[in-house]
Amino acid sequence: MKVPVRWLKDYVDIDLPPAELARRLTMAGTETSMMSLGQGWQGVVIGEIIAIEPHPDADRLRLVTVDLAAEKQTVVCGAPNLYWGDKIAFAAVGTELIDGHTGEKAVLKKVKIRGVVSCGMVCSEKELGISDSHEGIMVLPPEAPLGASLADFLGDVVLDLEVTPNRPDLLSVTGVAREVAALTGKSAYVSELELDYEGESIEKQISVEIADTDLCPRYCASLIAGIEIGESPELMKQHLASAGMRPINNIVDITNYVMLEYGQPLHGFDYNKIGDKKIIVRRARDGEVMISLDGVERKLSRDMLVIGDSRRAVAIGGVMGAANSEVDEKTTAILLEAASFKPSSIHFTSRKLGLVSEASMRFERAIRAELTLPALKRATQLIIQIAGGKAARGLIDVYPGRREPEPILLRPERVNKVLGVDFSPERIESALVALGFHMKKASSAEGLLVNTPYWRSDISIEEDLIEEVARIIGYDNIPTTILSGMIPPQSGNPAVKLRERVNDILTGFGFQEVITYSLTSREVMAKLSQGLLEPEPLPLANAMTVEQGCLRTSLRGNLLIALESNRRHENGTIMLYELGRIYLTLGSDLPEEPEILCGLLSGSGEDKIWHGRREAIGFFDAKGVVEGLLSRLGLGAEYEEGDDKGLMAGRQATITVGGERIGVVGELHPAVAEAFDITGEVYLFEMEMAALLPHTLGHKTFQPIPRFPAVVRDIALVLDNSISNKQVIDFIKGFSLVQEVALFDVYIGKQLPSGKKSLAYRINFQSSKHTMTDEEVDKVQQKILNKLSGELGVSLRV
Amino acid sequence: MSISQKLEEIRKAATTELEAAGDAKKLEEWRIRYLGKKSRLNEVLRSLSRLSLDEKKTVGAAANRLKVELEEWLGQKERAVRRDRMEASAAEKGIDISLPGRPFPAGRLHPVTQVYREIDAIFTSMGFEVVEGPEVEWDYYNFEALNIPAEHPARDTMATLWIDSEEKDNGKTRLLRTHTSPMQVRVMEQKSPPVRIVVPGKVYRYEATDATHIPMFHQLEGLAVDKGITLADLKGTLYEFACRFFGKDRRVRFRCDYFPFVEPGVEMAIECAVCKGDGCRLCGNSGWIEILGAGMVHPRILERVGIDPEVYTGFAFGMGIERMPMLRYGIDDIRLFYGSDLRFLRQF
Repeated sequence: MKVPVRWLKDYVDIDLPPAELARRLTMAGTETSMMSLGQGWQGVVIGEIIAIEPHPDADRLRLVTVDLAAEKQTVVCGAPNLYWGDKIAFAAVGTELIDGHTGEKAVLKKVKIRGVVSCGMVCSEKELGISDSHEGIMVLPPEAPLGASLADFLGDVVLDLEVTPNRPDLLSVTGVAREVAALTGKSAYVSELELDYEGESIEKQISVEIADTDLCPRYCASLIAGIEIGESPELMKQHLASAGMRPINNIVDITNYVMLEYGQPLHGFDYNKIGDKKIIVRRARDGEVMISLDGVERKLSRDMLVIGDSRRAVAIGGVMGAANSEVDEKTTAILLEAASFKPSSIHFTSRKLGLVSEASMRFERAIRAELTLPALKRATQLIIQIAGGKAARGLIDVYPGRREPEPILLRPERVNKVLGVDFSPERIESALVALGFHMKKASSAEGLLVNTPYWRSDISIEEDLIEEVARIIGYDNIPTTILSGMIPPQSGNPAVKLRERVNDILTGFGFQEVITYSLTSREVMAKLSQGLLEPEPLPLANAMTVEQGCLRTSLRGNLLIALESNRRHENGTIMLYELGRIYLTLGSDLPEEPEILCGLLSGSGEDKIWHGRREAIGFFDAKGVVEGLLSRLGLGAEYEEGDDKGLMAGRQATITVGGERIGVVGELHPAVAEAFDITGEVYLFEMEMAALLPHTLGHKTFQPIPRFPAVVRDIALVLDNSISNKQVIDFIKGFSLVQEVALFDVYIGKQLPSGKKSLAYRINFQSSKHTMTDEEVDKVQQKILNKLSGELGVSLRV
Repeated sequence: MSISQKLEEIRKAATTELEAAGDAKKLEEWRIRYLGKKSRLNEVLRSLSRLSLDEKKTVGAAANRLKVELEEWLGQKERAVRRDRMEASAAEKGIDISLPGRPFPAGRLHPVTQVYREIDAIFTSMGFEVVEGPEVEWDYYNFEALNIPAEHPARDTMATLWIDSEEKDNGKTRLLRTHTSPMQVRVMEQKSPPVRIVVPGKVYRYEATDATHIPMFHQLEGLAVDKGITLADLKGTLYEFACRFFGKDRRVRFRCDYFPFVEPGVEMAIECAVCKGDGCRLCGNSGWIEILGAGMVHPRILERVGIDPEVYTGFAFGMGIERMPMLRYGIDDIRLFYGSDLRFLRQF
């Protein structure tokens, strides 16, 4: 809402600088900034046209002599509306104006136009940046002081208020004036008018019926006949323009002007276009069609309200009028509507039609039905003053939705309890009085019974009043205290803690955490499993783009996209991970949102490092990360051949902890890599945090450090390819006195028969009771070798 | 030549030669010559037996003293030579220390995670507990239960991504939560006061992507409900947060603002770091940067979850997370957070 301070001053005395005014409004709940009107007007003064002569060499140009009090100037001018005695705005050479043709700023120069020198210019509104009007010069009111600077006369500061949805009263100049008055200790002057009626009674000339009273609680109207359509007075046009509305004609301008003044939207119908002089406020018929004032054909439905005459819709109630009853140059009688509509219905209709108007914006914010009459009277009066004509006797006022406002009980003790202050009842009362609230002592004597002023629609409970008190006294006057109550018992959130540990461990390993969008496309999800969309992702009903059309069922997609895009500028090893949710559909219920850890490793080993090459990233790097992570979490895991469709068969493992599957590790299937434009191998690990969590909760028990030294033996075995390392280790670990078994070499090659491989192990023998002798160790080792040979066909490599 | 003269001669020669001996080999030669079995000093010592008891006493003592002296000098000289050798070899083995170290990958947390940790820690220290909630939410929790019924104009300020078509009413419509506030209601349904929680999480809006808008971002919600909680407590708690997060020297401003689920409503802003309150492009000329919305929990919401607003009061707040690193590091494009560009992420 743009409010020119000059206009605001019609309703409230202002002795504070505009910046301070804006600050107080902001602090009290409405963010307000300032714009200056007339900042670029240095060098523009008020003059009077004292002579108009034809240009000797051009039919469409004239020589205009202007009296500027201090001097007289003659300029060449092509405007059609030059009249002797008019006050105008004159720009001297050197003034920076907006070029009327290009719209750009330009400095005015002394020019010769068809042989005549022109020193300055008589300005149009567009050249001054007031409006887009460039058809003629701007004519100032006769009282404009000759020779004075235009900025002094017309320059203004416009307050720009970002009005919150609860305060439709601030979408009006009088509403802002009332707010300013309360914030500056002044009173606002907004008086209700009494109208002079003449002629025949309005009831004989128009009938109004509200068929759907749930959507229209009140409908008021006046009728003015014998009017003449024309231009609005200059001051009204300027106010409208600086408030951001384009002047159109006197009737439209008056309805807009009064809407800006009171916050009540009005609509003027051409009375002679109303069929059978009947207004019926009703729901639209399904499929009913109406062309609105902006020339667009609107398809209406039963859940929308229209204003109809006997045959057709003449307006979409509270949203926009119809072209069929529009006021035009030939209009002589106006039926002026000021009505009240159900806010949710207006919101629905305006959104459904994609038609947000100044009117709908106000109605959907629930303006009060009591606003209709004051605004209607004011507009009727202005029409009579400006457009002439006579008002019919009386006003239409159909008010089926009348409700007596209930006073609200306000307990000063409650005010202090909620705000944490110690305000006296008098201080509380005076804050509310300043805002126009009326109150009396409640009979129960515990507080005040407060009546809300008719322009406020946002006050319905005690807390609303408490906020009013707080914002008028000022939030700065409320102390700052520390919570004094007991700290609530905490359950500790183990899932959050686990996430923190995993984050620390993986970044410690050198991984970069990324966060990617949860929104993705079906296409990306399908690529991950080579075309098969399993599970079906949850789609959005109103997706913005196909790329963000559904919720991810895997973190892999966006991580692979991240890898690919980083590959464009990064040749070396890349290690990324994300810890985030996936979304698994559960019918029409809320989806499951399990948290997943997914990491990617990729690197060809071609990083050029001066001290030698890195090895290419492989499966055992990824597995090493998983082992390291789980070990840090205090977990041991089992790895079994996996069957994940997105990973390469034979190069992937299922990770099992405590018998439960918690994730996978493996090489990305080359076809999947290719689908994401990735060349080279990518290794991936993925775990479900909820599956991991329960295994991390137990307490560890301390293992004493062995007191006796270990004896270390290395053995190299030759065995069938089909026997896994795990089998051998489990086997050896089964013997007593074996403390630890670690693989340290793998050999497959020419020195061995085909189908055989060699694995070398380092075994730590240790007793908790004594230092072992070589003979003792020899005996155990021999036993191991014998059994290995007997049961697994393993021989010692020599 | 007397024996004492002889000893003096040996001392002189030994000193001069030891001075000249520069390496281990020369020192060994010197040792053989002056301290070895065939050395002149040894000859002297061996000849002592032929001397009288008195001479034995004086000469013997002098000879033995010289022997100890020579051994000591040798030891000193050996240490000196060894040190010289170490230094010389260090100079030979010298390296270009400006060469880069063997790379050890440095992993980093995403800046949003880093900020969450910082903020969570501040509120945890004030007795707030971290809880989390669903991102796909019912219309009821996201809007209805927060005093934003269908067709409420406040819905227009939070353009929503819907799972089910919006027209499907009855509150069983699914959407992507537009803020973390639904958790206020969910938590209060489960827990009775006292409650002190913070809720970090992702939120979603129907927004075309540009430098200041993205469809997914992060928020942190806070809620405290107990007997006797006041607007002054809200101010104190959030002021403490601002001091710890932004530093004590930044001014903090509390003003009235509107959110349907709080009453009275509050906005907290901090002084713009660029212009120090004078107004500049960053702060839209206001001198202040909005940090969060807050307020006293609306009594209707307390009633809705079965908490008596006459007995209990509470405050709630919600803040955008990306704003914090954007302000702190001067990041001017919010899209960078979720573009996964390592050249961006490695800066934090």
